[in-house]
Amino acid sequence: MIKRQEKGMTLIVKTITRLTVGLIFLYGVYIVSHGHISPGGGFAGGVIIALSFIHLMLAYGKEVAFKKLSKAAASIFENMGAILFLAIALLGFTGGYFFLNFVAKGEPFRLFSAGIIPLCNIAISLKVGAGLFAIFVALVLLQFDSESK
Amino acid sequence: MIELYILLIFMIVGAIIAIEVKDLLSSVVALGAVGLGLSIVFLVLKAPDLAITQLVVEILCLIILIRATLKKDLPFSASGRWVLNTLIVTGFIAVFLLVAMKALKELPEFGYPMMKVASTYLEQGMPKTGAANLVSSVILDYRAYDTLGEATILFTAVIGVLALVRRIGRKEVNEKIEE
Repeated sequence: MIKRQEKGMTLIVKTITRLTVGLIFLYGVYIVSHGHISPGGGFAGGVIIALSFIHLMLAYGKEVAFKKLSKAAASIFENMGAILFLAIALLGFTGGYFFLNFVAKGEPFRLFSAGIIPLCNIAISLKVGAGLFAIFVALVLLQFDSESK
Repeated sequence: MIELYILLIFMIVGAIIAIEVKDLLSSVVALGAVGLGLSIVFLVLKAPDLAITQLVVEILCLIILIRATLKKDLPFSASGRWVLNTLIVTGFIAVFLLVAMKALKELPEFGYPMMKVASTYLEQGMPKTGAANLVSSVILDYRAYDTLGEATILFTAVIGVLALVRRIGRKEVNEKIEE
């Protein structure tokens, strides 16, 4: 049971995962990038992106998932998201105050509109996705260790 | 309106089952049912942003809980000073109900909110921020400080979890260390 779980699940699950994991990731990217037009946003999209990697890890085992996104890369992405969000906020000082919407607003209902809001969404999605993936990895690897004892 | 009450009763029953059931997997599944009911409640109340977030966070929590709690020999204590605990809980509920009776009278009726600040957002949100999704324009423009604090909370939580379950400094005598 334990050995089989480390290598992943059965062939059916692996095939379905191979077909769907890219779609789940793309849906997360869509939710993030259209966060200022349609329901969704950085937090929900980030969780969906993290779920796509967790899906990969549950079906194929940790080695395959770490090949796509290693733990170090997850940490770097999380820190990058946090710093990016703070940097966007600090760049508002170029026009006057913290969190100033300094980019041109553009036309509503277009993808490139609403100034800094899409950029903030992308930063938050990086932070949330990588952070939740890191939490999942930490808890699951702890589980693997206590199982193998 | 009636579907809202049905969902609320469903969620309350699910929460009671999650507490009372002895099996951990059944408890986690009942908790997941409560979360899914909550996401449908958000949809009924016309808040799709919250519904999406609630749904995906619920799925993530369910996966983490199942992977982290199953097959683990968690101690389950059913005994204890239940008379004292019941008295304390009853007292707190009574105090809460008394305070709520005084406070909730001042609230506007359900479905008819006072639109003092929110009407400004609704009227000027799109021309001022350029975002068609008003929720985004509120959380990332009007109330961006809140979002910054929330992001900091999540960052601290991730750091805390990673620091608690890391291997370095937690070495036992015969513990196998593998990454």
